[in-house]
Amino acid sequence: MSLAQHLPALQVVLPLISAPLSVLLRRGSIAFALVTAAAWASFAIAIALWWQVDTSGVISYQIGHWQPPWGIEYRVDRLSSFMLVLISGMAAVVLPYARASIEREIPAESHYLFYAMLGLCFTGLLGITITGDAFNLFVFLEISSLSTYVLIALGRDRRALTASYQYLIMGSIGATFIVIGIGFLYLMTGTLNLADIAAKMTVIRSSRPILAALAFITVGISLKAALFPLHQWLPNAYTYAPSAVTAFLAATATKVSLYALIRFYFTVFGETFIFNELPLPQIMLALSLLAMFVANTVAIFQTNLKRLFAYSSVGQIGYITLGLSFDSLHGLTASITHIFNHGIAKGAIFLLIGGIVAGMTTHRGLTPAPTFDRLAGLSRQMPVTCFGIVIGGLSLIGVPGTAGFISKWYLVLAAMEKGQWWLVGAILLSSLLAVAYVWRFVEVAYFREPPAHPKVESEAPLSLLLPAGLLIVATLWLGLDTSFTVGSALDAAEQLLRTSR
Amino acid sequence: MIGHFTYFVAVFLMVAGLFIVIARSNLIKKLIGLSIFQTSVYILYIAPGKLIGGTAPILSPNYSIYSNPLPHVLILTAIVVGVATLALGLALAVRIREAYGSIEEDEILARDNAVIANQRTQQFALKHGNVSSREQRGREKHA
Repeated sequence: MSLAQHLPALQVVLPLISAPLSVLLRRGSIAFALVTAAAWASFAIAIALWWQVDTSGVISYQIGHWQPPWGIEYRVDRLSSFMLVLISGMAAVVLPYARASIEREIPAESHYLFYAMLGLCFTGLLGITITGDAFNLFVFLEISSLSTYVLIALGRDRRALTASYQYLIMGSIGATFIVIGIGFLYLMTGTLNLADIAAKMTVIRSSRPILAALAFITVGISLKAALFPLHQWLPNAYTYAPSAVTAFLAATATKVSLYALIRFYFTVFGETFIFNELPLPQIMLALSLLAMFVANTVAIFQTNLKRLFAYSSVGQIGYITLGLSFDSLHGLTASITHIFNHGIAKGAIFLLIGGIVAGMTTHRGLTPAPTFDRLAGLSRQMPVTCFGIVIGGLSLIGVPGTAGFISKWYLVLAAMEKGQWWLVGAILLSSLLAVAYVWRFVEVAYFREPPAHPKVESEAPLSLLLPAGLLIVATLWLGLDTSFTVGSALDAAEQLLRTSR
Repeated sequence: MIGHFTYFVAVFLMVAGLFIVIARSNLIKKLIGLSIFQTSVYILYIAPGKLIGGTAPILSPNYSIYSNPLPHVLILTAIVVGVATLALGLALAVRIREAYGSIEEDEILARDNAVIANQRTQQFALKHGNVSSREQRGREKHA
């Protein structure tokens, strides 16, 4: 038994162990070292798993040597290995940033709890991605959700508490819906293994309990993924959470829920059932278009920069589900690529906003909100930060040369393949809305006169700039070299469509 | 009808719980509703796994009818999750009460809006040179 065989288990177990250890040791710096080491190790493992899948195909790992339909199976295919790289990569970047950032935002005595919660949240997200067992998926979902509620409540503003409470109520309803759906699947098939459910479903596919299961799971996951009409928790949660938490959640949490949606649709329920026998693609198309236009329009009128980009996240999720609704190779590729590209760009933007907030904090005791009236003429004090946010914004718009362009290109390609030219117009039109909200920032930061006594005196410290800069460089790099993102996404889409019935 | 008795109970609890979560504005009552909602799922899982007269799966010639143990185990996990959620929700309610002095949703909203409205009028006054009397007095002192 070599170590390489146990990588799927280690992927989840390392961060899982780091969290309780850091609670026991009760020291902020030790907790930071532990969780960061676990995050880096799991980033390395994720890359190793990506290679393994590349060379030897799908990995099936049996927990405790119990055979799959009975025991819990960890299953790493192209899609999950790609998601693992995104999640653990973001954790590896956000954690060093968090150390410098939470000093200003969270009282020192609860630092170790912050790291423990971030470690648990990270574990949960990895677990959802890697597991091949329906109930195990729910348990990991709750691990990540519960720690997310705590992380959001750590924000300084008292509205962080209400935001966290609101998310707890909506998130628990969503998670319970998912358990109800899984329960129906179990009652009908007698198994919890996702691949096994799929195999046994062919006979009973359009029976009423299965339809009910599909409905419950779809609504539950959509709540967690903040699909358009179910996004109410997201803007407040992102606005009032600590900066590092917002960046990590924006890049990973909703994306993992979308991964779960793809997994259930393509691996469990089957493509023809979802997309040919039910009016689901039409519903998804309508909701995606609503998200793209309504959320992006709402974003333009926000006065708080964090809130603006939170609404933009809701809009960007619309692009991902739009790609799903096409039910084609290129549509699915666009969705999977956009999950990755948007995660990196939005993560970078929120990290940079965290730098602005940190600069403001040194002035007064309380964390002021990054509202536009406080940001006037910011480019004079923070040229690098502002430039970074503009590049991230260009990626959200989908300007060629940035990562956002690649995923939008495939989205447009998929729309053209279907012969739906009006959709191409809709995608371009909604990108113009993105231009509008990014321009609001540019106008305030670059063209407005700075006040006599600027709120921010100088550039953010290097410890905050470096992690964000790394992601901005990645955004540009992935806009030019698409062999990793599009290559993996194409592979994953092919694999999903081939195994899906 | 009798055979579906457990399903009626489960659905009733499910809908009642969801209704409480949506209709009540008291944060504690909302959490109670959420708990009822989650409890309904426990019944939904466990009831079909139970056979009347069935025992735990013991390998012995004396027993031939077993209840399915798996749903019980799953729900044990779900109960732990439910307890953790409730505890966290109550802790948040305590913190919210400390910060706002209320656990009624509409009052909390009103207090947040009051703060925002206050900030707006201050900004408006500063922008339009409509300096409040206190600041004017301060300036006179400086002069």
